[in-house]
Amino acid sequence: MTGSSKELLAVEGVTKAYPGVVANSDVSFSIAEGEVHALLGENGAGKSTLVKMIYGLVKPDSGQMRFRGQPYHPTEPKAARASGVAMVFQHFSLFEALSVAENVALGMENPPPMRELAGRIKSVSEAYGLPLDPGRMVGDLSAGERQRVEIIRCLLQNPKLLIMDEPTSVLTPQEVDILFTTLRKLASEGTAILYISHKLEEIRALCNEATILRRGKVVATCTPRDRSAREMAELMVGATLTPPARAALPRGDTALEVTGLSVNSPIPFGMSLKDVNFRVARGEVLGIAGVAGNGQDELLLALSGELRTDPGAVKIDGKPMGATGPNARRAAGLVAAPEERLGHAAAPDMSLVENALLSGVVRKALVKNGFIDWAATGRFAAEIVKDFDVRTPGTHVAARALSGGNLQKFVVGRELSQSPAVIVINQPTWGVDAAAAASIRQAILDRAAEGAAVVVISQDLDELLEIADNFAALNTGRLTKPRPVEGLTIDEIGLMMGGAHGMEVAHVGH
Amino acid sequence: MVRLEKRPSPSAFWLWATPVLAVILTMIAGGIMFAILGKNPFEAIRTIFWDPLFNEQFASYSRPQLLVKAGPLILIAVGLSLGFRAGIWNIGAEGQYIMGAIFGAAVGLALYPIETRWVFPMMVAAGIFGGWLWAMIPAILKTRFNTNEILVSLLLVYVAQNILASMSIGLLRNPEGGGFPGSRNLSQIPAMANPELIPGTGLHWGVILAFVVVIAAYILLQRHILGYHIKLAGQAPKAARFAGVSPNRLVLLCMGLSGALAGMAGLFEVTGPSGQISIDFNVGYGFTAIIVAFLGRLNPIGILLAGLLMALTYIGGELASFMLGLPAAAIQAFQGMLLFFLLAVDLLTNFRIRFGTIKEAR
Repeated sequence: MTGSSKELLAVEGVTKAYPGVVANSDVSFSIAEGEVHALLGENGAGKSTLVKMIYGLVKPDSGQMRFRGQPYHPTEPKAARASGVAMVFQHFSLFEALSVAENVALGMENPPPMRELAGRIKSVSEAYGLPLDPGRMVGDLSAGERQRVEIIRCLLQNPKLLIMDEPTSVLTPQEVDILFTTLRKLASEGTAILYISHKLEEIRALCNEATILRRGKVVATCTPRDRSAREMAELMVGATLTPPARAALPRGDTALEVTGLSVNSPIPFGMSLKDVNFRVARGEVLGIAGVAGNGQDELLLALSGELRTDPGAVKIDGKPMGATGPNARRAAGLVAAPEERLGHAAAPDMSLVENALLSGVVRKALVKNGFIDWAATGRFAAEIVKDFDVRTPGTHVAARALSGGNLQKFVVGRELSQSPAVIVINQPTWGVDAAAAASIRQAILDRAAEGAAVVVISQDLDELLEIADNFAALNTGRLTKPRPVEGLTIDEIGLMMGGAHGMEVAHVGH
Repeated sequence: MVRLEKRPSPSAFWLWATPVLAVILTMIAGGIMFAILGKNPFEAIRTIFWDPLFNEQFASYSRPQLLVKAGPLILIAVGLSLGFRAGIWNIGAEGQYIMGAIFGAAVGLALYPIETRWVFPMMVAAGIFGGWLWAMIPAILKTRFNTNEILVSLLLVYVAQNILASMSIGLLRNPEGGGFPGSRNLSQIPAMANPELIPGTGLHWGVILAFVVVIAAYILLQRHILGYHIKLAGQAPKAARFAGVSPNRLVLLCMGLSGALAGMAGLFEVTGPSGQISIDFNVGYGFTAIIVAFLGRLNPIGILLAGLLMALTYIGGELASFMLGLPAAAIQAFQGMLLFFLLAVDLLTNFRIRFGTIKEAR
């Protein structure tokens, strides 16, 4: 804890319930001035609801909050900002077609003249080691630089408390270092920081105190430096964790070969793929890392067949398949699981049986002469639910009624249950609790052991290092040369992901 | 306090109860409107819903009209519903209906006075082709140039109406008609006529085809992979692409199918109940079918019932304006209310209404 331990924010017995779920139950914690306080918990543990209440976006059902000794009950974010609370959201709210200064002005109640604002942006950004040109278009900035815009937008309000929601999920390791330097400087000046994350090593490096949430309740408070990452993880999950087991496998023939894959992105402001090359052998797991928005979605579309390319760009078992659609590739043995569960991998309003048909139709032969065999489809859906421990009242419920983690288990299970030769998965455990994530990773490794070639695209480096044999990174639509995971250092990985993305390393004034 | 709460899954009960509720609400609101117009609301509602079927004086005339009016509505609405389910909005069925009638009639009149039994099937094929062709214009423009099919198909209705007017005073005019606009009366030519098959029922070939199409569409949507793809494309376009559905192929298919059915309806109309190509041949079936499609929840069986109900309000409305002196605009407002209430109560399927304060969370 820093010099002054004066209480800044106190949360006492706050409860917030939504229909069918208690997001926060009797949550209490406090932050002192100049403290970097971590809010730790799995997805769905209630972190977001809690900070939304502090930021005035959500009204608590009961409980008290005090800010600098005064009762604090913000009814809207404007009131929270007036009290000195600022927040950097995980998803940026910036206009790509406007300049940095214009974006900052849009978030202010009484923006000063543009020239004066540009000057203030420059001075604040230099003071905190976040160099940023106010005149640049946001559309041209990297994710790390966009985050700087959001941070500076907050700093211009001279906040007493800065809330940061999963700030490092879009950063390379080098960019994380720059951010931490800034945050430490802010804290040394007396600004308290509420830091939300589930990345334990980061929290150990940065935070003075941690409040750990599980299922909406505070289960522990601790000093992160005194605890091991494993201890905190077990507090977070409430169970002992076992890393997935894997055996060293003999490599088979090349099952998936991608050569000179270049394709324009169909997504607005998406990232086009440029000359992507790799090959995956049977039994091998290739992990593809990268900061979000560097071509991961496009790579999945190009591999699944939703984006067509030159026939020779994608070869499955040596057969050129680049110009064929998803069902032809499924017939050739390739299955894919996109990142977006609701709307892409599954139709929200359709039942699990109907969703089982969605991608299972080819390899499971669920259609005869154009007519659907609903009995066989129902059996297939029931089999997925059973094998992958999908918690659902039945296979008749709509996909949107399932929790994110359960739907993810269903979607991944549906693909893995088709005895595939090639598996492509984007963000296999995104938003899934630790126990489910472990079982999904184990299932992927099991398929690899059975001789499938696996491509896992993920933004979770720990996950990739855990399950991948070879490692590559996507950076502005280009893929680095895959390298064996063994012997890779975190620094090398960061450089593969684009280093600091051309950002200057800060010179923090003291 | 009244709040709306999203249901985890759509309610099966309300899916079917909302149309009934909408009809009841329409009767109440319509009754109030009729009362304000100075008519006895109960008499007016009875005249619209009851008399056409059961009044001894009128039923013998109006009962067959029910199938005559419902046939084309159902035929067109089933075709439209497939596209609507896939998120493809063909608003121009009226134009496709007109073009079907013109193409079919033109083939028949070109062959006149040949009298073989192949003439009528050839006319049906030509009618289907005409409607399909007219629907292909917005479909191809959409797939090639990404134009909006709503606008293009709608505007083509007005083109079709002008072609119809030109045909009835020009190319297809009856040479023996003494210069009056309008073609020969096809229903009077045995080889081209689409007669009432059972006297007193109004049943003609178009009505039979409508029933067949309802059954075929039901099977398509329930059991066939194409029906599944249509539903998937409407609910989750990205998921449909993931499932290997080509959006362009689906546009061509759904537009073509709805156009073909509309064209077929036009042909059966021009050879049967209407009898001839004339300037005022079309009576808005193509537009009313849009209401019928939604009233029937885009479900073939629902459309069958909705088509009959809509036909009833037409016949009853005519009867009411004739018997009670209700203005035609009031009847149209009454029909409009039906669509309004249907869409309004539709949200009960996906939401439940909660009274009281927020407390129920466990």
